[in-house]
Amino acid sequence: MSPAAAKKAPSAKTTASKAAAAPSGLPKEKLLAMFREMLLIRRFEEKAGQLYGMGLIGGFCHLYIGQEAVVTGIQSAAKAGDAVITTYRDHAHMLACGMDPKGIMAELTGRIGGFSKGKGGSMHMFSVEKQFFGGHGIVGANVPLGTGLAFAQKYKNTGHITMTYFGDGAANQGQVYESFNMASLWQLPVIYIIENNEYAMGTSTKRHAANTELYKRGEAFGIPGVQVNGMNVLEVYEGAKKVIEHVRSGKGPYLMEVKTYRYRGHSMSDPAKYRTKEEVEDYKENRDPITTFRKYLEAEGIAGDAAFKKIEDEVKAIVNAAAEFAKESPEPEPTELWTDVLS
Amino acid sequence: MPTMTVREALRDAMAEEMRRDEDVFVMGEEVAEYQGAYKVTQGLLQEFGPARVVDTPITEYGFAGLGVGAAMGGLKPVVEFMTFNFAMQAIDHIVNSAAKTNYMSGGQMRCPIVFRGPNGSASRVGAQHSQNYAPWYASVPGLLVIAPYDSADAKGLLKAAIRSPDPVVFLENELLYGQSFDVPEGEHVVEIGKARVHREGKDVTIVSYAIGVGLALEAANILAADGISCEVIDLRTLRPLDEAAVLASLKKTNRLVVVEEGWPVCSIASEIIAIAMEKGFDDLDAPVLRVTNKDVPLPYAHNLEKAAVVKAADVVAAVKSII
Repeated sequence: MSPAAAKKAPSAKTTASKAAAAPSGLPKEKLLAMFREMLLIRRFEEKAGQLYGMGLIGGFCHLYIGQEAVVTGIQSAAKAGDAVITTYRDHAHMLACGMDPKGIMAELTGRIGGFSKGKGGSMHMFSVEKQFFGGHGIVGANVPLGTGLAFAQKYKNTGHITMTYFGDGAANQGQVYESFNMASLWQLPVIYIIENNEYAMGTSTKRHAANTELYKRGEAFGIPGVQVNGMNVLEVYEGAKKVIEHVRSGKGPYLMEVKTYRYRGHSMSDPAKYRTKEEVEDYKENRDPITTFRKYLEAEGIAGDAAFKKIEDEVKAIVNAAAEFAKESPEPEPTELWTDVLS
Repeated sequence: MPTMTVREALRDAMAEEMRRDEDVFVMGEEVAEYQGAYKVTQGLLQEFGPARVVDTPITEYGFAGLGVGAAMGGLKPVVEFMTFNFAMQAIDHIVNSAAKTNYMSGGQMRCPIVFRGPNGSASRVGAQHSQNYAPWYASVPGLLVIAPYDSADAKGLLKAAIRSPDPVVFLENELLYGQSFDVPEGEHVVEIGKARVHREGKDVTIVSYAIGVGLALEAANILAADGISCEVIDLRTLRPLDEAAVLASLKKTNRLVVVEEGWPVCSIASEIIAIAMEKGFDDLDAPVLRVTNKDVPLPYAHNLEKAAVVKAADVVAAVKSII
């Protein structure tokens, strides 16, 4: 942070976290639950990709593969009842909120068993029960919505906070800064999470952001920011824990930039010609969040081959059951066309 | 029956609903300490305090979205736009975020929010501050769109709008704010979606809404002196539109004129004509006419502005041309 910026925004402290993953002190069950969550997201998304290839999923389908540590780390640090809102790359957030994989997959296939009865699709699902508020298709528009959820939490004094996820591309929308201003002005309990996967669709961060240190973008509004390594779930968890504590204690909003990488294209139709194969391979081979975490768990003696095999089998069964349900659940009745327009 | 201005009626509607339900709050530019740019929120800050009467920065896209999020989170926001011209900055949240919540969630979520503020031409404020957005919002499934004329409907419909579980676009009119009309005493809630017959007649039906109703009534008075009996229908709600009321009156008079303070192309008037063609064709003895503003951006010069905005004489001429 420049001295000038520090003067203007004395409460904004921005830091790039360089802490390597230290032994976390987390219980074994929690660590394995985090591993399982990431694996569930990976396998779910792979299955969604397959179903898309088979023509069972239509339109847009944005996969989260490569980014699993981000939502897993943050939601592992959140409390039940905290609100979550995100953009269109949303399947993982729903899984991390505890929404039933069957209902998510069936929404992808446009069936009545989906969370929105097949009327929302990949980008539009909600669960009032799990406090998941979508799933929004207009880039950046979920940011003021999340700010409003936090406004309601403060108004009703619920003690809960809102995780507002968006991408590096959305970070350039004007309404993001309108939201930052109001959230800071009114000290709203909202965490802005920029999942920086290096590409806004096909435009790299360097080509779309005048300053690529996105965690500093709250400085002008007095919003502290932190950058964490999104390829390491424990680093994300530790970062999120501090940020959540800050926000829950009533100190106002916080900005987290989580550096991550998506392996697949922006959506299914994207051949990703704007980046090199070597770059993608480097992430997959050397920085994969699931492989990294597995190695850590092995090195710490927390789990071995048998335990991982068991988790892999469980996850596979869940995903296969979700896919079966999504294929077998019927399409919505034609009368559903006219329901849910008005109350 | 006591009389009050439209401005006071709107204020009373908000105050009564805020007393009734703690989840109702008002936000917008200058709604609190300034007491409303047009004084519609006068006194609310003093009664309900700054947590429920919230001055926002000039940030329409942001606070419209924040309001929608607050509605998703269980509150009942009344979001004031200083004028609906500024809501152009926020229309994405009205259409994409608010109107589609119920449908996109398969009926799981609601968005109980009211977007309100003055709409249409004022006086000498130029092209960017003088536009009627009724046809824009009325084209969107998932919204309720209301545009009252007098104080009783302003109060009763705003109360109904605040209680509605669906998102409402509530279009007021700056030139009507200071006009006084009767308002029933006590609790007064008007059902959304019902037109009102302001004046019964037998020769021709004049359909209008908002400030156009005043012009229609003025024209009906002039025409009465010539022995022409006009029925004046105030649509009040533009979505859903009370087709039955329009068609019933058409059946009776067999002639229809639509008066609209707004542009003619793709207007509410166009929609009424389509309804008459599709569902009332056999009742028509003459073409349905649109009496609207001229199809130009609103000019500033006094004489040009007068020429551009619809007036009672235009209505009189239109009616005479089909009788």
